[in-house]
Amino acid sequence: MSTHASTAQPSYLVDTGARKGLMAWLTTTDHKRIGLLYLYSMITFFFVGVGIGFVMRLVQLTTFQKLISAQTYNALFTVHGVIMIFLFVVPGLPAIFGNFFLPILIGAKDVSFPRLNLASWYFFVAGAILAVLSLFTGGGAPDTGWTFYAPFSLKTGTNVSLAVFAAFVLGFSSMLTGINFITTIHRLRAPGMKWFRMPLMCWALYSTAWIQLLATPIVAITLVLVILERFFGIGIFDPSKGGDPLLYQHLFWIYSHPAVYIMILPAMGAISEILPTFAKRPIFGYKAIAFSSMSIAAVGSLVWAHHMFTSGMSATANMVFSLLTMIVAVPSAIKVFNWVSTLYKGSIDFQPPLLFTLTFIFLFCIGGLTGVMQGALALNVHIHDTYFIVGHFHYVMFGGTGMALFAALLYWFPKMWGKMYSKKAIYASWFPMFIGFNMLYFGMMILGMMGMPRRYYVHLPQFHTMHVVATVGSWLLILGLVMFFGTLLYAIFKGEKAEDNPWGGVTLEWTIPSPPPLENFEEIPTITHGPYHFEQQEAK
Amino acid sequence: MSEHAEHSAEHAEHPGYGTFIKIWLILVVLTGCLVGVSHLGQTAAVWGLLTLTPLKAGLVFYYFMHLKYEGPLFKVVVLVTLGTLLIFFALLFSDVAFR
Amino acid sequence: MTGHVHRDDFGSRLGMWLFLVTEMVLFGGLFIGYSYMRYRYPAEFHHGGGELNATLGIINTLVLLTSSLTVVLAIVAIQRAEKKRAMAFLGTTLALGLTFLVIKGFEWGAKFHHGIYPNSHHLATMPPGEQVFFGLYFTMTGLHGVHVIVGLGLLSVMLWWVATDRVRQDRYVHLENSGLYWHLVDVIWIFLLPLFYLAA
Repeated sequence: MSTHASTAQPSYLVDTGARKGLMAWLTTTDHKRIGLLYLYSMITFFFVGVGIGFVMRLVQLTTFQKLISAQTYNALFTVHGVIMIFLFVVPGLPAIFGNFFLPILIGAKDVSFPRLNLASWYFFVAGAILAVLSLFTGGGAPDTGWTFYAPFSLKTGTNVSLAVFAAFVLGFSSMLTGINFITTIHRLRAPGMKWFRMPLMCWALYSTAWIQLLATPIVAITLVLVILERFFGIGIFDPSKGGDPLLYQHLFWIYSHPAVYIMILPAMGAISEILPTFAKRPIFGYKAIAFSSMSIAAVGSLVWAHHMFTSGMSATANMVFSLLTMIVAVPSAIKVFNWVSTLYKGSIDFQPPLLFTLTFIFLFCIGGLTGVMQGALALNVHIHDTYFIVGHFHYVMFGGTGMALFAALLYWFPKMWGKMYSKKAIYASWFPMFIGFNMLYFGMMILGMMGMPRRYYVHLPQFHTMHVVATVGSWLLILGLVMFFGTLLYAIFKGEKAEDNPWGGVTLEWTIPSPPPLENFEEIPTITHGPYHFEQQEAK
Repeated sequence: MSEHAEHSAEHAEHPGYGTFIKIWLILVVLTGCLVGVSHLGQTAAVWGLLTLTPLKAGLVFYYFMHLKYEGPLFKVVVLVTLGTLLIFFALLFSDVAFR
Repeated sequence: MTGHVHRDDFGSRLGMWLFLVTEMVLFGGLFIGYSYMRYRYPAEFHHGGGELNATLGIINTLVLLTSSLTVVLAIVAIQRAEKKRAMAFLGTTLALGLTFLVIKGFEWGAKFHHGIYPNSHHLATMPPGEQVFFGLYFTMTGLHGVHVIVGLGLLSVMLWWVATDRVRQDRYVHLENSGLYWHLVDVIWIFLLPLFYLAA
């Protein structure tokens, strides 16, 4: 590839405005810099969450121990959930890679509302600070679990109000980002960038943004009701005043189940970007993947009550939601088959991003299939609230979204910083990560099948062996994570200079210099063909 | 959702004062009907609620909020939102109504 | 500045509509909660509605409907470059919005006076269904009131911008967007009237 040494525009990493250094970053309206701001803040919180998870696993290393108190344990699993879900997995891919690459992928200079975009980041940081404050102020860290189930969340003396308000602010940030992305995709596509010429990441972000808009407000109002209940006692969720905790569960899951799709859809989008590049052929079934994103968004919004099969819902609702839950598996499976078919007969160029992509597909399949198991009513009643659930959702969220985020980070790293990391070190980090991951979370699923309930401070002797296996797995996993991020951090400062197009990708971001110039494109490109237009394919 | 429709809508003729005042009169009359109907007993009141209220809201959306003069995109956005809420409602009642 | 080389009024309005989507869903969640509870406690809701002052509710409906009209008329005036008239219409809207809040304040004040407010002893003696009814009543009208206050803030800024020509014939998308917000507040009240005041 030609180098762009004579580029008139400086890289976005160079301060060109009146402000320099940190202030230039904190007042930036450049979508690329905002993406990085999100990245740095989220990875920080991710490691806080990892640290809490590490302590929780240490607690389970012995059947009965006194490392921390039971109350602290309750606080830890609550905070682990709140941080990982609201500060990392939900906003992760859209806020980091959506911000950085959405405008570039559709040939735009920025998002539609750049200042609103920066405001979203500030809302995110404000929410994060409030969440952290809630640990140390008031009655102590919330002990309700991240779901804040009423009526306990209404009665507990811990600082639920502030934690809930933090989630509300984070939800606001997420909605504003959604508004920005939808408007950007509608208005700022480059000339010739028709809907079906958009890279699949854009489709994924588009459907995600719609879920953000249509589901987040429901949890916002639910959380407001919890706060009003705690301060004024309005009684809507309080059975002693005629309220109904089941209404809380319904409203909470109307958002929080679609939130799972907010987490996984952009991950799927990133995977759909990476695969064609390393298989060197167009994605198999472009429209099927695009439409399956939209149908996952639609059907995924209608399955929330499968979290409530044991809560005393009507039998009719149990059956309806069981059926709908099974249906979501269809568009998800469509994607998996399309990815695998893309690899078939491709000229595969094996690189670290592809390794993590394949890891994603493998782990996501396990997570997805165990999800279908739980859609079945009879089995669900048996494994509800056991470690099986914990194992399952870690496979989806960490094995799915997390691994896809790592894959995306590896894939776009040279573009974002203009540096290349050590591929060997990344491969080396994969082994402990993968082995540790499966020991930890598959171990949890076995424990759940054996009957180990989730959120328990102590465990019975018969569960001990698997608990030790899982804890050792957590150490390996953390080792892998530290190696992985250590490698990347080193590469940011000391890495070799990356080429503009190190992987031979054909989407728009690979046509511009690494790191991208301030306004992305010298001149807005005109698009004449679909996104995955490989020359070899043309020659056939 | 074609680009042409999005643009042509922007150049449409702006409606005048009269149109909106007429709509306002209709809204006031409908409010009167709604109040009247609510005195005719529970069934009538519920039906009034289910028909007249969406009609009033629809008029505000369509005229006051200029949906009539916008391209199809905004109409789709509103319909998708209302449809979603309706489905949420229906699925919730699959629990409540059969408990 | 990055981006924004051109002005995109359609994009601004699209963004506003998408924001309104979130507002609709926000109140939609409450309406869903309302119907859930009303299904459980039909008689209590009927009785609770009887205790509200329907006359004040109806007057407030007319006040808000009229204020909605004056906002949209202000936009017509701006389109025709009739600045004075636009300011008069916006001023009327602000006055009507304040009237709404004052009436609302009297209504809530009367309820408080009768010992009906969340967590009150009097309320605790009522049947559970009615406690929920009043819980929803205070939440929904309260949240609506907050939106009225925000809307008044927006429209005050618009009045100032019209006065200083930041909003003018060739550049009025901000006024349109503030108007959209105000109309949505009106629409929500259109639903609140029959759900609470006419529920008896």
